[in-house]
Amino acid sequence: MMMQDQLQDENRIVITGVGLAAPNGDSLDEYRAALLAGKSGVQPFETRYIKQPVLAGICHFDEIRHQKRKERRRGTRAGSVSIYCANEAVIDSGIDWENYKKDRVGVYLGITEHGNVETESEIFEISQFDYDTKVWSHHHNPRTVANNPAGEVTLNMKITGPHLTVGAACAAGNAGFIQGLQMLRLKEVDLAIAGGVSESIHTFGIFASFASQGAMAWHEDPAKASRPFDINRNGIVVAEGGGICTLERLPDALKRGAKIYGEIVGYAMNSDASDFVLPNASRQAECIALALKKANLSADDIDIVSSHATATEQGDIEESRALKAAFGDRTTVAINNTKSFIGHAMGAAGALELLGNIPSFGDRIAHATINLDEQDARCDLHQVVANRPRHMEKVEYILNNSFGMLGINSVVIVKKFPAEHGGVYE
Amino acid sequence: MTPQDIRQVIIDILERIAPDEDLSDLDDSIPFREQMELDSMDFLDIVMELRKLYRVQIPESDYEQLASMDSTVAYLTPILKDA
Repeated sequence: MMMQDQLQDENRIVITGVGLAAPNGDSLDEYRAALLAGKSGVQPFETRYIKQPVLAGICHFDEIRHQKRKERRRGTRAGSVSIYCANEAVIDSGIDWENYKKDRVGVYLGITEHGNVETESEIFEISQFDYDTKVWSHHHNPRTVANNPAGEVTLNMKITGPHLTVGAACAAGNAGFIQGLQMLRLKEVDLAIAGGVSESIHTFGIFASFASQGAMAWHEDPAKASRPFDINRNGIVVAEGGGICTLERLPDALKRGAKIYGEIVGYAMNSDASDFVLPNASRQAECIALALKKANLSADDIDIVSSHATATEQGDIEESRALKAAFGDRTTVAINNTKSFIGHAMGAAGALELLGNIPSFGDRIAHATINLDEQDARCDLHQVVANRPRHMEKVEYILNNSFGMLGINSVVIVKKFPAEHGGVYE
Repeated sequence: MTPQDIRQVIIDILERIAPDEDLSDLDDSIPFREQMELDSMDFLDIVMELRKLYRVQIPESDYEQLASMDSTVAYLTPILKDA
């Protein structure tokens, strides 16, 4: 039982609403059901210039559920994903939005990149006019400024508090949550709309670059293309999507009788300082250890580890080493991987991968890592949940890894919140 | 291009840049902005679309000629007569 002063601790930050757009689900319920059913969201995808067949995780959410068509035309796909997810999160939170003080709301969205889609499209457009820059769109600048996705949310929802995007490569989803948490603790805002988004499948450059690097996945059956930890993996499936939460200080959430999905009890970010692209197991392990330390937890406490593994040889092996260093051979922990279902959702990856695991607080099931037919012996982990979901004795803590290029690492730890105080899950 | 053709071109452009608007009861004599949600960026879209479609260069000093459908058609008719 929690003491009254623990419940009134304003440094405690809880998740009170969830909105998401994933390639295999437009809501937490749909997405979770797909993850438990082994349903992939990877499909063939047409992309400009690239001759070889391309696969991607493609979202199918209703763009005009919360956005006028004109707004959509003005903005970007990342903005549209963000608007959908942010509105869904606020609705889900049950907040009296109409009467909420909008100057006390902050929007903090992680992005891997932004602006490539629009720049590529404009260059293609002027190429049809003999590169006459007079037909370059006046919408280019507002679409490509780095704050665009978060800014579009504020325009759409009439939020007058601060907004910014957090550029953190593929660690961005976690970074968005962390930024929101920090701003709540600093009392800069009373409500943080936080998470990560990605429009990356709409830039040919990301596919072309991975292809040049020999890191773009292909399989005749698209559902089998994303194969983290599997010996027959052949690279990354790029995905789009978004995962956004409403975060609040615990006393505020309790005061309004919010339903609480979980509490962010630990987080850490660090840098490899070793390579532009190649990951670094030692720094990743240090990041995990730091998050555990901040949460005052040990590896024994963690029930589910949501791994970052992208189905590249180097990435999978390095993370396996980091997880081995952090968790050893403990059989109490289940390690899973969401990218095997949806591909790598870039700026949204960390957020979607955490959110897909949150319902395990209730059903005590760790969703699987699909397409793991033969685990790479160099990924020396015995705790990977292969192909079929695993029933757990308890799920109290979920640890979410999210790493990115230029050596950026992030870890977020979420704790189940007691149902007697408003927790969603029994 | 006849004035009627030009009017249709403008309607097609407006449908693209203001997809939420119902243009069926557009009054050609009244400024667009008094009957539609259009801002300066939207007007630049009209200019840009005409530039792309017909290579028409409309100087900024003439933008006011695009205020209503009637004034737009009147302005473009001599420019697009051979288009």
